[in-house]
Amino acid sequence: MIKIEKLHKSYPIGKDSLHVLKGIDLHIKEGEFVSIMGSSGSGKSTLLNIVGLLDGHDEGNYFLNGQLIKNLNEKKAAILRNKFLGFVFQSFNLISYKTALENVALPLYYKGIKRKERLKIALDYLEKVGLKNWANHLPNELSGGQKQRVAIARALVTKPKVVLADEPTGALDSTTTDNVMDLLRDINNEGMTVFVITHEEEVAEQTKRIVRLKDGVIISDELTAVSKPLKEAIKAV
Amino acid sequence: MFDLDRWREIFQSISKNKLRSVMSGFTISFAILLFTLLFGVVNGLSNTFKGAFVDDAQNSMFVRVGRTTKPYKGLQSGRIIQLKNENYDYVTKTYEDKIQYQTARIYKNVNITYKTKQDNYTLRAVHPDHQFLEKTIMDEGRYINTRDLKEKAKVLVIGRLVKKDIFGEKPALGKRVNVNGISYKIIGIFSDDGGDNEERLTYMPVTTAQMLYGNNDYISEMNLGYNPSLSLDEAVAFGNRLERDLRKRLNIHPDDQGAIRVRNMAEANKGIGQFMGVLYFLVILIGSGTLIAGIIGISNIMIFVIKERTKEFGIRKALGAQPSSIIGMVVQESILITTIAGYLGLSLGSYILSAIGDTLEAYFIKDPSVSLEIVIGATFTLIIAGLIAGFLPAKKAARIKPIVALRAD
Repeated sequence: MIKIEKLHKSYPIGKDSLHVLKGIDLHIKEGEFVSIMGSSGSGKSTLLNIVGLLDGHDEGNYFLNGQLIKNLNEKKAAILRNKFLGFVFQSFNLISYKTALENVALPLYYKGIKRKERLKIALDYLEKVGLKNWANHLPNELSGGQKQRVAIARALVTKPKVVLADEPTGALDSTTTDNVMDLLRDINNEGMTVFVITHEEEVAEQTKRIVRLKDGVIISDELTAVSKPLKEAIKAV
Repeated sequence: MFDLDRWREIFQSISKNKLRSVMSGFTISFAILLFTLLFGVVNGLSNTFKGAFVDDAQNSMFVRVGRTTKPYKGLQSGRIIQLKNENYDYVTKTYEDKIQYQTARIYKNVNITYKTKQDNYTLRAVHPDHQFLEKTIMDEGRYINTRDLKEKAKVLVIGRLVKKDIFGEKPALGKRVNVNGISYKIIGIFSDDGGDNEERLTYMPVTTAQMLYGNNDYISEMNLGYNPSLSLDEAVAFGNRLERDLRKRLNIHPDDQGAIRVRNMAEANKGIGQFMGVLYFLVILIGSGTLIAGIIGISNIMIFVIKERTKEFGIRKALGAQPSSIIGMVVQESILITTIAGYLGLSLGSYILSAIGDTLEAYFIKDPSVSLEIVIGATFTLIIAGLIAGFLPAKKAARIKPIVALRAD
């Protein structure tokens, strides 16, 4: 689903440039539940931006769903984002003057789906995250956990190939963190590829594979306890 | 082009952010209000000028003669110049394509008697075209026609006040009155915007007057209406040529101002036209200056609004909004605000003009108002203004990078 080869990325800072990603190789298959761990400055957000087509890379290859991503203009990137990717952000990023339902329906608007239909689909997804009764509430009437569930519904509504979550629990307390992670796991169990960026060990442990980044290189890439029984089961078969 | 969903997005964005929408619209409203008021006042001024000549047709030319003041070709000064039918016919033939209306005038003071009532009035003996040159409005009956001319009919068209004097409220049409001892039939009653004096006149066919009062072919003066398809300059040139031509035929010195005069409305119109042209130019200059200030104002506020909405645009882009969709949204919103605000200003301006319009007449401002063309013109201007005001901010919005906009804060 996501294949990255020898990826480099630098940011210019004045006359110098800051080499953030120094040759990343990563392969994420369809249906995986991966977390990228790293302290701040490790390059994990940069990696997410590149994977999420929000930013370009300097060197190396990036294949999304088998398609080589190269020299994308904004329009093409927007179409690909809309088609393949769903985003969940730390600060939820809901549009404040739109109701939960309208927020969830927004990606469908950019997909060109008619209003009636997109509101219907959006309502289905709100139901899925357990917020059907909150459909007509504005974001500031929702709790943090509820907002993040709306954001997850919004990420899922276009049936993307990959859900990219950037510190999805960063602004939540531990109970709601667990709820959100449970929700992401459920989504993954339905076959969705989920890609989480976090610096919290407890969050990473709930995913099936942890990739650790440090100073722009991958220092470890291993399956977690959650997925081991599954793997052994497969081996046994 | 019409995209209901897009409009819904825009209406939502405007209605959920009332304050900033009102703020950005305010400058435009104010600009258009100012422009409307200025334009209306200048229109009122123009109406006053036009009203000063409302009595006669705009394309009138008067040929008047008097005594010569300079000797010429062996002829002494002090000679009385008399226009005759042959001069009239000469002008008809020579300048046929340049003339719309033509009439002679013979003045006469007459005594009109009906039963026991009698009074003195000014009589004008004229051709049928006189009606159009003088802008005579027929209230009852008809004006003098060519058949009256041919038959030298003893018919009379009397002014509204003449009728009132002699007949009071009783019908006058078809009645016979005595004019200096000769019986005439009243065939029409008229009114005139030129004032009471104009409505105390009576008209009869020029041929009748020539036969009955002197039995000659003299005419007192000649009035023309130049062909309206002539430009003002052409009309002025025509007047000058006509004057030169008549001087030659009547043996008048080229510089003798007393003997013949051609008063040409085209010259007056040209003067007024130039004066009003300068005024309109000033108004448009001030108006467009104000409008440009308004556009810059709305553009500034839009830029501020874009900054405020950076996150929203970032979210939209992350969710798949293409740059063109962002540009379209901002520009359309700007156009909508500009147009609505502009119309508010326009309506308010028109309302103020109509409310205070009458009180301004003392300042030579009559019926100040803006015309439909201005409204239509303003619509296009506003849409273009909105486009200009929205475009730069929209480009800025489209350049927003989602990663920058969405950075956790």
